[in-house]
Amino acid sequence: MDNIIEIRGLTKKFGNFTAVDGISFSVERGEIFGFLGANGAGKTTAMRMLCGLSFPTAGSGKVAGYDVMTEGEQIKSHIGYMSQRFSLYEDLTVNENMELFGGIYGMKRGDIADRSCQLLHEISFSDHADDLVGSLPLGWRQKLAFMVATMHRPEIVFLDEPTGGVDPITRRQFWDLIRAAAARGTTIFVTTHYMDEAEYCSRISIMVDGRIKALDTPQALMLQMDAKNMNEVFVKLCR
Amino acid sequence: MSSFIRKEMLHILRDRRTLLVVLVIPLMLIMLFGFTVSTDVNNIKVMVCAPHRSYAVAEAVNRMTASRYFEYKGFVDAGDIDQSLRTGKAAAVVVFADDYDVSGKYQLLLDGADVNTARTSQAYLQSVLSTGNVAVKQSGIQTHMLFNPQMKSSFNFVPGIMGMIFLLICAMMTSISIVKEKETGTMEVLLVSPVKPIYIIVSKMIPYLLLSFIDLVIILVLAYFVLDVPLAGGVGNVVLVSVLYLVLALALGMMVSNVVESQVAALLISAMVMIMPVIFFSGLLFPTENIPWALRWISYVVPPRWYIDAMRKLMIEGVDLKGVLLEVGVLLAETVVLMTAAVKKFNDRLE
Repeated sequence: MDNIIEIRGLTKKFGNFTAVDGISFSVERGEIFGFLGANGAGKTTAMRMLCGLSFPTAGSGKVAGYDVMTEGEQIKSHIGYMSQRFSLYEDLTVNENMELFGGIYGMKRGDIADRSCQLLHEISFSDHADDLVGSLPLGWRQKLAFMVATMHRPEIVFLDEPTGGVDPITRRQFWDLIRAAAARGTTIFVTTHYMDEAEYCSRISIMVDGRIKALDTPQALMLQMDAKNMNEVFVKLCR
Repeated sequence: MSSFIRKEMLHILRDRRTLLVVLVIPLMLIMLFGFTVSTDVNNIKVMVCAPHRSYAVAEAVNRMTASRYFEYKGFVDAGDIDQSLRTGKAAAVVVFADDYDVSGKYQLLLDGADVNTARTSQAYLQSVLSTGNVAVKQSGIQTHMLFNPQMKSSFNFVPGIMGMIFLLICAMMTSISIVKEKETGTMEVLLVSPVKPIYIIVSKMIPYLLLSFIDLVIILVLAYFVLDVPLAGGVGNVVLVSVLYLVLALALGMMVSNVVESQVAALLISAMVMIMPVIFFSGLLFPTENIPWALRWISYVVPPRWYIDAMRKLMIEGVDLKGVLLEVGVLLAETVVLMTAAVKKFNDRLE
C-alpha cells in the first residue's frame, strides 16, 4: 500500500472551539483527491496541518513520509502549494517569479532555468517569459501559479480553491493541467466549491462541522445518496 | 536567502513612484526646514530712545548698525515709541537709561504680536548690547551662545528631520511591504515554503536599511555643505548611532505589520503611532522640558527623542560617543526589546 497521506484522528482545537474533530483518511499516490466542505467546516485548518503550517492538537499521521506532529519543516520542502489568492508577485516577470520560487525550494540555478523553460513550453507560454505577471489575465496567472507550485517536482501538490474567479474555459484548461500532472504521478490534493470539478476527482471527502461525513469516489457517493450529480450530494450532506 | 533579497530589491526598484518619494522627500524636507521654516530673524527694525546721547550710547548704536541682523531706524522720542511699534516702523526699541554710562541699564520694548520674532530679537539685542565696554563693566554678565552662536534653526531642525524621516521610511515602508504580502496572499505561500519566517522578515529589512542609508548620506551631505551644519562629533559616530536607530525603526515596522491586516491600517498606525509622537514628544518643534510631567513620561519612551538628542549632541555640540552613552543605551535597549517582541509575535501569529 502506497499512501502519500495517511492520518489518524487529526484534531485541532482553538481554546474551546474544535475546528477539526478527529479526522482520519488516506490519499494514494498519484490520485486527485477532492477535499470538499462548506465554508467554516474546517477545511482550511485541516489543510494547514497537512502542509506543516500548524501543529495538530491531537492525532497522528504522515504526509509525504514525514510526521505531521514533529516534521513540519520537512513536509514544507516536499510539497507544492497554491491558493486562490496566490497570483505570484505581480511586479516581477514570469521568469523572475520562477527563479524566486525555485530558489526558495533550494533548486540549482541551471535546474531552475531548464525547468522554467520546460514548464512554460508545456502551457505554450514561452513567449511571455519576460512579461510582468501583473500584465497577464487572471486565468494565465492561475495556470502559471500552478506551474510554479510544481517547479521543484513535489510528490504532492495542495491546491486551495485554485480556480476561484476564473472563467469556465480557463477552468477546463486548468483541470487539463491538473490531470496531466496526476498522470505523471504527482498527487493532487484539491479543495473546491465547484461541484463539476469535484466530479473530475478520483475520490472526494466532504467535511461537515469538523468531521469527514463522506469519503468515496464521486460515482459511489452519487449512488449512495441517490443523487443525480455532486451538487445534490453536497446539498444533502451539508444541510 | 539571496534570491529573496533580490526579490525585495526588485519590488522597490519596480515601484518607481515610491522610490522617488523615498529619495526626494528627505531632500525636500531638509531644504524646506533649512531655508523656509526658519526662526532666524534678519533685518530687525530697531529704534533707539536715549535721553543722553553719550559716548556709550553711540558705541552701542554703532554695534547694532554693524550687525546684519539689525536695521537701524534712528532715534525716537519717548512719546512716539508706542506709535512706532504700532505702525511697524520699528519692531524693537532700545531705551537707554539716563545713567547708562554708569549703570549700563537699558530697556527693550518689543513688538510681541509676533512672539517668535520678538523673542529672537530680544536675544540678539541683548547679546549685542552686553558685549560693550560699559555693559560688561557694569553688569558683569557676559552671555555667549555656545555651539550655535548665530542660533541657526537648521542646527535644530536637521537632527529632528532625521529622526522623522528614518522612522517614516524604515517603519512605515517595511510594515506596508509586509502587510502587502499578507493582503495579496503571497505571505501564505511563503509560509508554506521551507523558508524560515525570520529570513522572510530579514530579507525585507535589508533593502529598506540600504535605502535609508542612502537617505542618511543625502541628508548628511546636504546638512554639511548646504546648511553648514557642523558634524562636529565625527561622521563615523553620527552614522553609527543612525544605523542603530534605523534597525530600531525596522523593528517598529515589523511590530506594526504583526498587528494589522491591511495596508491602509499599517499606514494609519504608522502615521498616528509614530509620526505624531515624533512631532510632539521628540523635541523636534517643542522643547521636551516644556511637556507636562505625565506626558513627559511618554516622551521618555519615544525613540526619536533619544535619537534626536544624540544627534544634536554629536553634530552640533561635537561630543564623542562617550557623551551620548545614555541616549545610545536607551536606543539599544529599545531595539532589543522591540526586535525580540516582534520576532516572538511573528512566530506566535503563525500558529
